[in-house]
Amino acid sequence: MSDTETLTRLSTADADGESVTLTVNGERHALRLAPWVTLLDLLRERLHLTGTKKGCDHGQCGACTVLVDGVRMNSCLQLAVMRDGCEITTVEGLAEGGRLHPVQEAFIEQDAFQCGYCTPGQICSAVGLIREGHAHTAEEIRELMSGNLCRCGAYTNIVAAIEQAMGEQAMGEQPAARGDGR
Amino acid sequence: MNRFGYSRAGDVAGAVRERAANGAAAFIAGGTNLVDLMKENVARPERLIDVTRLPLRGIEEREGGLRLGALATNAEVAYDERVRARYPLLSSAILAGASPQLRNAATTGGNLLQRTRCYYFYDTATPCNKREPGSGCPAREGVNRIHAILGTSEHCIAVHPSDMCVAMAALDATVRVTGEGGERAIPFAEFHRLPGDTPEIDTNLGRDELVTAVDLPAESFPTHYTYLKLRDRLSYAFALVSVAVAMELDGGTIREARLALGGVAHKPWRDREAEALLRGQAPSPELFARVSDATLRDARGFGGNDFKIGLARQAIRRALSQAAAGTPQSQTDKRVQ
Repeated sequence: MSDTETLTRLSTADADGESVTLTVNGERHALRLAPWVTLLDLLRERLHLTGTKKGCDHGQCGACTVLVDGVRMNSCLQLAVMRDGCEITTVEGLAEGGRLHPVQEAFIEQDAFQCGYCTPGQICSAVGLIREGHAHTAEEIRELMSGNLCRCGAYTNIVAAIEQAMGEQAMGEQPAARGDGR
Repeated sequence: MNRFGYSRAGDVAGAVRERAANGAAAFIAGGTNLVDLMKENVARPERLIDVTRLPLRGIEEREGGLRLGALATNAEVAYDERVRARYPLLSSAILAGASPQLRNAATTGGNLLQRTRCYYFYDTATPCNKREPGSGCPAREGVNRIHAILGTSEHCIAVHPSDMCVAMAALDATVRVTGEGGERAIPFAEFHRLPGDTPEIDTNLGRDELVTAVDLPAESFPTHYTYLKLRDRLSYAFALVSVAVAMELDGGTIREARLALGGVAHKPWRDREAEALLRGQAPSPELFARVSDATLRDARGFGGNDFKIGLARQAIRRALSQAAAGTPQSQTDKRVQ
């Protein structure tokens, strides 16, 4: 689907679409949407939250990862209408009171990106991963971040950043010593 | 994506009625496969019936086993403490598949009904008997690295891509469905079909029927099991060959054994004659080689996938050894031991 086509469909959606209420980054939106609008297109084209990226648009790259009721998902494969009533958190909604989320801080400190295109998805995915609580080792982080591809190959530093953020959380949000940039 | 109508089912009976009334409607739950197929114009439903608000998400105790609600997500099943403790084979197989994001959205019922990832099925510019009956199967003479070696037909050599289903086949699960005629239970081995001359039909689910649950029987194989999945990259790729083994040992003798293969056929592949060779025997490399050869006696390749026969032969032997030793394959450390 071309971008022009996406925009046309979003705009024609308004007239007779489905009534949908979503809370995005704490802000409530009452919308009328055509059922074929994906959560990703809604965020980017309608709500102008362009932090969430469209990579493959087929659930294969993870660039569109957001948190739906706190759970990480590929927003490109979610029809927005089906998430009526949900709370969505995107990369724009992670900072609190002007302070970056610990995972965002860790990505900067560990230099966990190069071009940055996959980064919002990586960060949202990492926040979801930490909340899930199933990763305890670098190996487990790698496995449970496998849904987020990085074509620059920043994986080593991404794993280090997540380890750093997990360590900080384990120490009750105390600031941790800087990582060694592995 | 085509334009389509949308409705949200309030109860199972209503969902079934609506689907029965509209032959071009489709149920949608996690959407991780259907939305993708719709973006590719492979699926073009007139209407989507959203079943995600139906009360089918629970995981409950039942007759010594577990009932997995059709809407329980792949992540919820894989990480459920009872599934992990009693059916580690199922947990392991689910965690070998897809990505965490997809497992958080994808449901048990949807996983059963996911469609093949055959390149020709996905490419609407090419013929495909599964997508357009009677148009032909370019995979037979074309690029067929990922295709089937068992149970193929002249019309289709696609494989079922699920990992979860391979474990459920080995566990002898039962699929519970509801249609206009009421409820029925379908033994797992009879749920998916071989392609034959109707490859467009993946399962024996009726047009109006909705999957409501999967029942796991009491016998759970908590100790001697493995899910060994071999693929082109270590994570987040479909199986070229996968092997699920569930075994019960009595002293030094195999009392019960199940062997199911993924990535090799149009459905999770079980060969009960070959499995029977294991019962009453002591585990040994010679026995496992014999069982492996018997399982693959009718295997045939189509050029690009010839390697799967040798790969499957070794994988079955290795998986049987892992299960007998009680050392299941780790889904984190991918080294095969």
